[in-house]
Amino acid sequence: MSAAPHPASQLGLAFSAGLLFSAGLVLSGMTQPLKVLGFLDITAIRKGPFPGLWDPTLAFVMGGALCVTLLSFAWTHRISQAPLFANQYHQPNQRQIDLPLIGGAVLFGAGWGLVGYCPGPALASALLSTDALIFTAAMLAGMLICKTFLSKRAKIAD
Amino acid sequence: MLANLHPYFTAGLGGILIGLASWLLWWGLGRIAGVSGIASEVIASPVQADSWRWAFLAGLILGGCLLGQGLEIPTLPERPLYLLIPAGLLVGFGTVWGSGCTSGHGVCGLGRLSARSLVAVGVFMATGMLAVTLMRGAA
Repeated sequence: MSAAPHPASQLGLAFSAGLLFSAGLVLSGMTQPLKVLGFLDITAIRKGPFPGLWDPTLAFVMGGALCVTLLSFAWTHRISQAPLFANQYHQPNQRQIDLPLIGGAVLFGAGWGLVGYCPGPALASALLSTDALIFTAAMLAGMLICKTFLSKRAKIAD
Repeated sequence: MLANLHPYFTAGLGGILIGLASWLLWWGLGRIAGVSGIASEVIASPVQADSWRWAFLAGLILGGCLLGQGLEIPTLPERPLYLLIPAGLLVGFGTVWGSGCTSGHGVCGLGRLSARSLVAVGVFMATGMLAVTLMRGAA
């Protein structure tokens, strides 16, 4: 860990980003599991109108977010060598499409489809809904289990 | 006020806010706004984790609590533990193993034109749809 150049600004910025993120989740409907399940339920496309109509709302959420990130991520690198309050951009450097990527996505998707929560909305609703709180606790446990499993495998590989 | 707007409009607007928040964390701190990555770092080493991660999570949780209350979110009736707990475990394990979730791979990864993220998003959307379909069949 390198010394943070602007500790207070870093905290303020990260907190604001978290707030803005949650505002987007709540406004867009991502914190409502029914909407999420309604979007994932593509079999409803074939069914008649209401009820059971496929709910495309979530496509607009991803569309809106991608409009911003596709433009801004490319643009940020053109105008700045380093972030405002840190030394460098922490660019993910993995390139391989491997078993952990696919296997992890399979398991994540299955859990997402079971109840309609992914990590962001679950955390943003954790203080409002018992379902989200229980889900979040289990999710954090799952993360810890995977971290332990991965570090054990890394030790064996060494 | 918000209740009068078309849901597609508020969805798009919410998406834009999510995108802006992700960009803010990237331009400000050079970090990917991947919620599963941030949460798993914090839960695995709460003391050593960089404090910006705690700050982001605090904003996310507090913001969700305050804003969600104002909008009176309609939620499903409480679901049984035998669904919530396995689903949470799958999401937690899967997002760490696969290095990301809807935010890290979806919003940021696709925005960065990452091939890995494109594959991950295709796979988790497909298994999500499959799980919903199977649940429909079981219900």
